[in-house]
Amino acid sequence: MAQQSEIRYLTPPSVDVKKKKYCRFKKSGIKYIDYKDPEFLKKFLNEQGKILPRRITGTSLKYQRRVAQAVKRARQIALLPYVTDLMK
Amino acid sequence: MNQYETVFILTPVLSDEQMKEAVAKFKKLLTDNGAEIVNEEEWGLKKMAYAIEKKSTGFYCLLEFKAEPTVLKTLETGYRRDEKVIRYITVRLDKYAAQYAEKRRNKFGKKEEA
Repeated sequence: MAQQSEIRYLTPPSVDVKKKKYCRFKKSGIKYIDYKDPEFLKKFLNEQGKILPRRITGTSLKYQRRVAQAVKRARQIALLPYVTDLMK
Repeated sequence: MNQYETVFILTPVLSDEQMKEAVAKFKKLLTDNGAEIVNEEEWGLKKMAYAIEKKSTGFYCLLEFKAEPTVLKTLETGYRRDEKVIRYITVRLDKYAAQYAEKRRNKFGKKEEA
């Protein structure tokens, strides 16, 4: 009796294909990060307005430093909050 | 000569005239000290991300200028002496920042024309 040992799924099991993270600044050739553009900087903040780590955003070290600098400047002139709840 | 950029916030309680006066005052302070103003932008009354001096809005103004480093000291004393200024920041623009500022200038100028 040829038993069908193959297990069949209704939906194909999702094999974790890790998407490679990349540094968006290196990729698109952005050389300067503007602190006057809070909407752009919000991409690098979490809900509480904290700066996201590199391991999540994939930014290279060089540009992570500049993002941090820009965010801190934006906070100084009240374009971004120091602390908040539910920013987005 | 370095290129700098300064953003300051004026209190929202001022009338339009007083604001223009204050902006003109700082521009004069810069030019009197031998600075060359490259660009100025008034962002108008904006909501701030947090309250400063119990005020939730502020009148934002940006000045870009070329000057010797010593000018900054006089500028910042000027800011500190003026009660109308509730917050300021001055930043030196490096090579890439200057390029970015130029691009932004063109964009901003076009927006005003349209």
